[in-house]
Amino acid sequence: MESFFAQSIIYIVAAIICVLITKRLGMSSILGYLFAGVLIGPYLLKFITNESEGQDIMHGTEFGVVMMLFLIGLELEPKNLWKMKDLILNVGLSQVLLTALVLFGLSIGLGVSWNVSLAVALSMALSSTAIVLQSLKEKNQLDSKEGKMSFGVLLMQDIAVIPILAILPLLAIVPSMPTADHANFLSDFPSWVQTLLIFGAIGVVILLGRYAFGPLLHLVVKTRLRELFVAAALLIVTGIAFLMEIVGLSPALGTFLAGVILANSPYKHALETDLEPFKGLLLGLFFMAVGATINFDLIGADPIKVISLTLGVMAFKALVLFGIGYFKKLNTKENLNFAIGLAQVSEFSFVTYSFAFQLEIFTKETTDLLMAVTALSMALSPVLMLLFEKVLFSRLGKAEDKKELVADPITTKNKVILLGFGNFGSTVGRFLRANGVESTILDSDPDRIENLRKMGFKVYFGDGTRVDLLESAGAEDAKILISAIDSTEHSKRIVKICQEHFPNLEVLLRARNRFDAYELMELGIKNIYREHLDTSIRMGVDALTKLGYRAYTVNRLAHQFREYDEKALQVLVNYRADKKEYISKVKKEIEIQEALLGGELSKKFSLNDHAWDSDQMKDQSK
Amino acid sequence: MRKILVLFAHPKYEHSDANQTLINSIRNLENVQIRDLYELYPDFNINIQEEQEALFEHEVIIWQHPLYWYSCPPLLKQWIDLVLEYGWAYGPGGIFLKNKYVFNAITSGGAKDVYSSEGRNRYSMEEFLRPFEQTAYLCNMRYLPYFQLGGTHRISDSELQGVAGVYRNLILDLRDSEEITYPYIQKS
Repeated sequence: MESFFAQSIIYIVAAIICVLITKRLGMSSILGYLFAGVLIGPYLLKFITNESEGQDIMHGTEFGVVMMLFLIGLELEPKNLWKMKDLILNVGLSQVLLTALVLFGLSIGLGVSWNVSLAVALSMALSSTAIVLQSLKEKNQLDSKEGKMSFGVLLMQDIAVIPILAILPLLAIVPSMPTADHANFLSDFPSWVQTLLIFGAIGVVILLGRYAFGPLLHLVVKTRLRELFVAAALLIVTGIAFLMEIVGLSPALGTFLAGVILANSPYKHALETDLEPFKGLLLGLFFMAVGATINFDLIGADPIKVISLTLGVMAFKALVLFGIGYFKKLNTKENLNFAIGLAQVSEFSFVTYSFAFQLEIFTKETTDLLMAVTALSMALSPVLMLLFEKVLFSRLGKAEDKKELVADPITTKNKVILLGFGNFGSTVGRFLRANGVESTILDSDPDRIENLRKMGFKVYFGDGTRVDLLESAGAEDAKILISAIDSTEHSKRIVKICQEHFPNLEVLLRARNRFDAYELMELGIKNIYREHLDTSIRMGVDALTKLGYRAYTVNRLAHQFREYDEKALQVLVNYRADKKEYISKVKKEIEIQEALLGGELSKKFSLNDHAWDSDQMKDQSK
Repeated sequence: MRKILVLFAHPKYEHSDANQTLINSIRNLENVQIRDLYELYPDFNINIQEEQEALFEHEVIIWQHPLYWYSCPPLLKQWIDLVLEYGWAYGPGGIFLKNKYVFNAITSGGAKDVYSSEGRNRYSMEEFLRPFEQTAYLCNMRYLPYFQLGGTHRISDSELQGVAGVYRNLILDLRDSEEITYPYIQKS
């Protein structure tokens, strides 16, 4: 192969072209990557010369799956995990066990030996987290009933990977030393020490997640160097993956665990934002590698066998899923979406196959066949979904769309995003919370975040001027964004971002004074809150009351004054525009103050109002 | 087609099934404007000019409110105090409400029959509503018979829907009929 650059260019160009085309055709991006892999793979353009090269890339990019699980973990606070226990345990466990059982029976029926059958059945019971979550996300169905059930199943499968990897060595008829790349220093120890060390490693991950990562990120954030934060995030994920690899556990599960523990951390959204592109790229490469490993020679040699195996596996998996969905009272449309969506075989299966191959449970031929079936099922999955959506759903949809979905509030995002949790923002946040409205709070002062967290507030790190961060804070689904930060520059950036990316989000802004308010008004923002206005008027009200005015009268006058001041703002903002640049800010301020005062003198507040006032009547009757 | 203005006052609308059903039954009707006073003036600072303009534009006015302590909620009383100004609504030059129709649409927890000389409230609804009648009288308006949705504490859904339908038809009738044939009280 040529230089590193040439190789990268080939991969990237293939990916961009194929993904663009599939997206244009309204298909999932996964399909694009798979095609790109096939295209540059050993059977078409031969940029990747053989499957083992493809597998090397796959192993290298499996790290994308690890990152994905870390990110999924971040989304799942322990208490939400608890809320999903019914989905994970009942739906998920029954899927894994039933599917494994059915596939096991099937395999035995085809005359395969029991240990190979069990290894195959367990591997193929898993569905592709990457494909399912990605396509649910693309179709915006993560919060739907079937979306939540799918997630529960996938989570259970991710957990099931541990026992599966633990069971596989027991199936090896010829006990063998693991080959070089799976060797770990534990292999030399007796098995009870190994078990102990495995639990020890999990304990270390939990302890690190609880006590070490937080302070580390805190320190890093204080330097205000973004690349250092990215580096720290990568360190956490690679570190845990490495630790897991040493003790022979699934790195994905270790990072998932770390993710769940960090889900309560203030850096949750920042971590998500920074790791997302890495995950995306690695996953893309991973899918390409899957495409490149599809052994077309094997399929070509016996197409009927490979294709019928693939379709058979998918059909039985879908059947089991459909049964579960039926039992869980999904309607036909939801159920088909659920069953077909999860019918493919998982990317984890590649890991288990190669592991089983190293353990000499599988022969080279079996492994190749299984890999081909798995890769094909992954490639078919988006196609099938598309087919059913276009053909079946549109027909079923008419009959069943009317039924309203009653979704559990498991992943419901907050309706309010609050930027800045200083004196101003915290008062807003407390008031909302006192009335049962939780907001997603972002603040960029690490010390303050730490203090507030100790007091039980959920504050995340960030200042809201990054689109991706706002996105992961839920800006797509939120109704209101409150900026309680007093910098106008900051507010202007927020406004621009929201207008461009989140046009449905209503923006409420704090402004320091009249001049800041003008600048924001010129951007077309209506909800502007000058920080001093209400307090100073209230002070004036108290002063007048202490001077002997009747409280209710002063209260009404204050209301009128405030309204007048807000209206004057609307008028004077135009006046300001004429003289831009020419007059110094100080001079302008004086002019505007004069205009305001003049207005107040000519507008006689109390005379304008004759409620509960009989002077006029008395005059008339004289 | 007459223009109808519903001045609606309920301090806890979100908890009132009765008023929600009534309001929903007349929402989005052509030429029927609903002014939700507690939503417009949560601080009781009523915009007098805007309210007078709204009155001026409409021919039939409805005060829709629950009956609290044999009267209307305080914001509606505040509205009457502030908007029906001397020299505008009554008194010299106070001619702007002349010949407009007005009536109360009331929801009450007690059933209709408790509002009578034999019932536990001892007086009829007409008697409790005298202040409104006289207010209309002083402003030279035509005070129509009240509309009542009684017994809201234990009304069934279907009964509620039925009364709301009657209310809607009444409003449509007031809006569309050639001539208003209901009896009314007006200063002669």
